[in-house]
Amino acid sequence: MIIGSQKPIEEIWEMVKDFRKVLVFGCNTCVAVCHAGGEKEAETIASLIRMRAQQEGKEMEVNHLGVMRHCEPEYFDPVMDEVKKYDLVLSTACGVGVNFLSDRTGNIPVYPGINTSFYGAVEAPGNFVELCAGCGNCILHMTGGICPIARCSKTLMNGPCGGTNNGKCEVSKDIDCAWFLIVERMKQLGTLEKLSEVIPPRNWSTSRDGGPRRVSLEHIRAYEEQEAQKAATAGGKK
Amino acid sequence: MKSGSNLEKVIASGKPAVTAELGPPMSADGHEVRKKARLLKGFCDAANITDCQTAVVRISSIAAAVIALQEGLEPVMQMTCRDRNRIAMQADLLGGAALGLRNCLCIAGDHQSFSAAGRLKGHPGAKNVYDVDTCQLVGILKKMRDEGKQEGGDPLEVAPKFFIGASWTPMADPVDFRPVNLMKKVNAGADFIQTQGIYDIEGFRSQMEKIRKMGLHERTAILGGIIVPKSAMMLKYMDSSVAGVSVPKSLIDRMNKVKAEAGEDKKKARELQEQEGLRITVELIHQVLETPGVKGVHIQAIEWESAIEGIVKAAGLYPRPAFD
Repeated sequence: MIIGSQKPIEEIWEMVKDFRKVLVFGCNTCVAVCHAGGEKEAETIASLIRMRAQQEGKEMEVNHLGVMRHCEPEYFDPVMDEVKKYDLVLSTACGVGVNFLSDRTGNIPVYPGINTSFYGAVEAPGNFVELCAGCGNCILHMTGGICPIARCSKTLMNGPCGGTNNGKCEVSKDIDCAWFLIVERMKQLGTLEKLSEVIPPRNWSTSRDGGPRRVSLEHIRAYEEQEAQKAATAGGKK
Repeated sequence: MKSGSNLEKVIASGKPAVTAELGPPMSADGHEVRKKARLLKGFCDAANITDCQTAVVRISSIAAAVIALQEGLEPVMQMTCRDRNRIAMQADLLGGAALGLRNCLCIAGDHQSFSAAGRLKGHPGAKNVYDVDTCQLVGILKKMRDEGKQEGGDPLEVAPKFFIGASWTPMADPVDFRPVNLMKKVNAGADFIQTQGIYDIEGFRSQMEKIRKMGLHERTAILGGIIVPKSAMMLKYMDSSVAGVSVPKSLIDRMNKVKAEAGEDKKKARELQEQEGLRITVELIHQVLETPGVKGVHIQAIEWESAIEGIVKAAGLYPRPAFD
């Protein structure tokens, strides 16, 4: 899932201070799990803004709201009339949600209420780790299920650099060396010999380097268009 | 000859090769490069010109290498994978070759977070590239040289003829994978290898035994890395903090002993430690060169280029072979 982290209230205040009606809009899927931007956190941020406004002597109306997802219209469409009553929407969804909602709010700006950190997992309650970089061409079968693109500080493809120290990355003692983990895991799986092959330079065009990406499922698009046509024809008969 | 470089000729002659290192300055001071080049000229077969080591901005390896060449010192240009994508790398390789450079060492490069150290602010917020890794960069150089093709496949009318190098840290984690690491670099096309600094001769020899069993010592020229120690503090730091470097207690004890002999006299303590450091260096050079499969030494006297002449002479490695 997508892991987010809270922005400092000072930064949020700088964004919102010149607006009169502000909606802090939470998203109750990924960013709620990581305690960054669900409805509960949206409520907290809203009250922090209200407190700050009071301290600064600013007249502001700040409310909060939450929906299941900001990345699919069916979840926020039912509350759009409410959303459009505000001068500013501070979305605490991930960046996907902020972009997506912003395209649909007309003259009302949508600002980011949190930082979108990475694709990760819940290692332990309160501990979230990055495990995938969304590069668009998965090679986890070749690296023991451990991604060197997301988890090696240098995205190395052919083994560790010279900086591995006691199994840790040269960047920090708090970061595991991905290649140390890969080697140990592949030993356990009995597939270490797979690492002997030199992996040639990657084609990064499936990653962000190919420009913004889109996945289109033709069969689903065809079905949707068919249904739309049917509905239109049925409407015509009336 | 693959490149016709002096380093390649020395290695082909079967005599032990000696490479040294020249760190370019953190300003546009080309004179500093010339000064260091003059200190090294004649005492090594080629000198590595570091490529923004520890991610600190310095005169580029290529520019400093050309200055060294003008001074009559054969350079080994270094290229990290940190700062360039494959387009910039190949452009610089073509440029370097056109300017007369004949050796290139491919390395991953220290992470940019290293640049903010001590009094330096560095650029820890820089974006790193790593479009390709070391193995892949070695392969690109080989493809350009031997097939006359760019990585993407487009032909090169004039191919850059580099003697291709890579680094190797024999004793870093995971230790049992390090020989495979070396094999991959050799399979990719590394003609020579310079290792991380060696103090633990036993550890190095045990890794070299594996390398010989794999036959890698016959497919590439391994130059053992020697980092000239200056003080007990430096040895302790390297032992505790530098990946893949462990320093036997006996060496640290030797340094501590001469330091203690100087008592309160700090200047004398420094001089005595430096002298002991030079003695240790010469011993290490002999021990590394006596290790079967080793074809030479790579001596790093960090910010102490003036020490190289004495070390090479004391080790019996002077004069260096000369070719017409």
